[in-house]
Amino acid sequence: MFIKLKSLLYDNEVRAIAFQVLAVIVIAYFAYQAFDNMMLNIEQRGIRSGFGFLNDEAGFAVNDNFFLEYSPASTNLQAFYVGIVNTLVVAIAGIFFASIIGLIIGVARLSSNYLIRKMATIYIEVFRNIPILLQILFWYSIALNAFPSPKNSISFFDSIFLNSRGLYLPKPLMESEFYLVIASLVVGIISYIFIKKQSNKKHDETGVVTNTTAYFLGLVLLLPFAVYLVAGAQLEYPVLKGFNFRGGLDLSIEFFALTFALSIYTATYIAEAIRSGIESVDNGQKEAASAMGLTQAQSLRLVVLPQALRVAIPPIINQYLNLTKNSSLAAAVGYTELVTIFSGTVLNVVGQAIEIITLTMLVYLTISLVISLILNIFNKKMQIKGK
Amino acid sequence: MNKLLKLSAVSLLTIGAISAQASMFHSDTLKDVQAKDSLTCGVSTGTPGFSSPDASGNWSGIDVDVCRAVAAATLGDAKKVKFVPLTAKERFVALSSGEIDMLSRNTTWTHTRDTSLGLTFAGVNYYDGQGFMVQKSLGVNSVKDLNGASFCIQAGTTTELNLADYFRSNNMEFKAVTYDTSAQTKGGFEAGRCDALTSDVSQLAGLRSTLKDPSSAVVLGDVISKEPLGPVVRKDDNNWLNIVRWSLNAMIEAEELGVTSATIDNASTSPGIQRLQGKSGTLNESLGLGKDWSRNIIAQVGNYGEVFERNIGMSTPIQLPRGVNQLWIKGGILYAPAFR
Repeated sequence: MFIKLKSLLYDNEVRAIAFQVLAVIVIAYFAYQAFDNMMLNIEQRGIRSGFGFLNDEAGFAVNDNFFLEYSPASTNLQAFYVGIVNTLVVAIAGIFFASIIGLIIGVARLSSNYLIRKMATIYIEVFRNIPILLQILFWYSIALNAFPSPKNSISFFDSIFLNSRGLYLPKPLMESEFYLVIASLVVGIISYIFIKKQSNKKHDETGVVTNTTAYFLGLVLLLPFAVYLVAGAQLEYPVLKGFNFRGGLDLSIEFFALTFALSIYTATYIAEAIRSGIESVDNGQKEAASAMGLTQAQSLRLVVLPQALRVAIPPIINQYLNLTKNSSLAAAVGYTELVTIFSGTVLNVVGQAIEIITLTMLVYLTISLVISLILNIFNKKMQIKGK
Repeated sequence: MNKLLKLSAVSLLTIGAISAQASMFHSDTLKDVQAKDSLTCGVSTGTPGFSSPDASGNWSGIDVDVCRAVAAATLGDAKKVKFVPLTAKERFVALSSGEIDMLSRNTTWTHTRDTSLGLTFAGVNYYDGQGFMVQKSLGVNSVKDLNGASFCIQAGTTTELNLADYFRSNNMEFKAVTYDTSAQTKGGFEAGRCDALTSDVSQLAGLRSTLKDPSSAVVLGDVISKEPLGPVVRKDDNNWLNIVRWSLNAMIEAEELGVTSATIDNASTSPGIQRLQGKSGTLNESLGLGKDWSRNIIAQVGNYGEVFERNIGMSTPIQLPRGVNQLWIKGGILYAPAFR
């Protein structure tokens, strides 16, 4: 019996498992003690705990609000939702523009044109090496001083206005007519995708290239516009009344400064990822492409980039995540995203730091995991295709 | 293997010991302060007249002087204070976690803060209210004319809530642009991002004087809220609460008795002054302090009037009138409970 136990003690496999179990127990015990201790202290000091505060009235105003109903009479939970939406909007806009700028700069970095190549290099070296917070503050102060006051707004067709407080756009009134316009846009996009697939198939089978630009213009742009004219959907125009523009849709100058700074900054990293991706594509591929008579643009679009992206996507995922997390620097310029609203104002009104910070962290964690999940799926797709 | 086992056993025991100790935690702030021979006091990151450091790192202001008064009472030396600058967001957590012994950082006494944070307000050292500064070119004379205007405002303050309350109750519209710090708020106002800046009246005068062109802005006469500012302590230490509360009251009482830092040691026949000097009575015993606790406060820091004039009075750049912060016998609302 004893000998059996002893041999168990010296069994490598048993020992490995035993140590891992022990490690888990120690960590779990530590976490439990820390949590228990915290709850005890909170109770002893008479600090309010739990999530009841989410149903209390928020009582403060929020500057940027895109889709949701919100007023100072709303609850803290609604303020939380507004914060999440504002974070998502700035993250999505930032990712969109950073990708476009990054792609252009990344390709330009390897251009055979000396001037373009050097300018791309300078852009990357300058903006990558300045802290993002400084850039946000810089662009914000530029924007505040460069644009005119509301009374002297730059006006486009008397329906779009730009001034040092933001951009004011006509807002479609969400009535049945407007849903018709949306529906026609969806129909347009779906039928365009169908036509594009058909033309691709035709190209694969016969080698004849069909230009689908006209279809794109007609289905995606003209069709919804025509429906809009026929159905007579209403737009609410912004009007200068007293101190500010009222009505319409307004995008604050803080939103622009933040999105611009995040895009410009993150684009430098994306450009470098794309450059390294392009450089990883074997030179023989480009030579083969030009041997087959493809133009430079075609060779880039059809041969080089699809292979380059395979290398570039993993580092680009990282940059998308960084951009999302960096959006929390908005507090510096007063864009009301999650951290400003929830871990700022709500925390100060309610005072329940543990609950509020935990919720905020959970939101960022969820957003980041979703982004990396989506891009990992995309990444897998790209990898298999290349075989 | 043996080493590892020992290591895990030791770490388990340590964790157990730490947690056991923490659960038996009982706070005696006075004992802690006297043991380390220094008072740790939470102040602002820089509010002229209330708490701000000079070029060589010496703090001054009426909030700072409350910390100094408590240090004089408990340690006998007003200089034995370690100041911890805190933002509006950090202040309450710093206090409830025990990082600081007391908070004296132009903090508004509200119901929620007093009842649900495990903290207690020890008194009021400045009665403030929320006011407005507007661009002169707007030609506005009253807040009522500001319907639809944009306001620059500092995030994480009661100011945000008061503004929303005021405009709601008057059925007016407004836009709020919230910044993280007071300096950014001023910057936004200067750049024309907003039509008006709103903050506590005590800070508006100081902010206006630091504008590039102070004459371009005016401070409106309207005051839309009550902002009683005062020191805060943890709820679990009643004796410490009493010490902070009565240190502040001693300064107010001294002004009422006409005693200043220059005259505190003069012999007097007045029983009230004798109690303040520590020559009669036993007010010190129930606080657990030495007999000369209140004498030290007045001798080293001064009475309330002296503190006010030195930091924010008419002879300083802040230039605030006493207003309601005058003694009750002179038409103000400053009133220390009976000192006996």
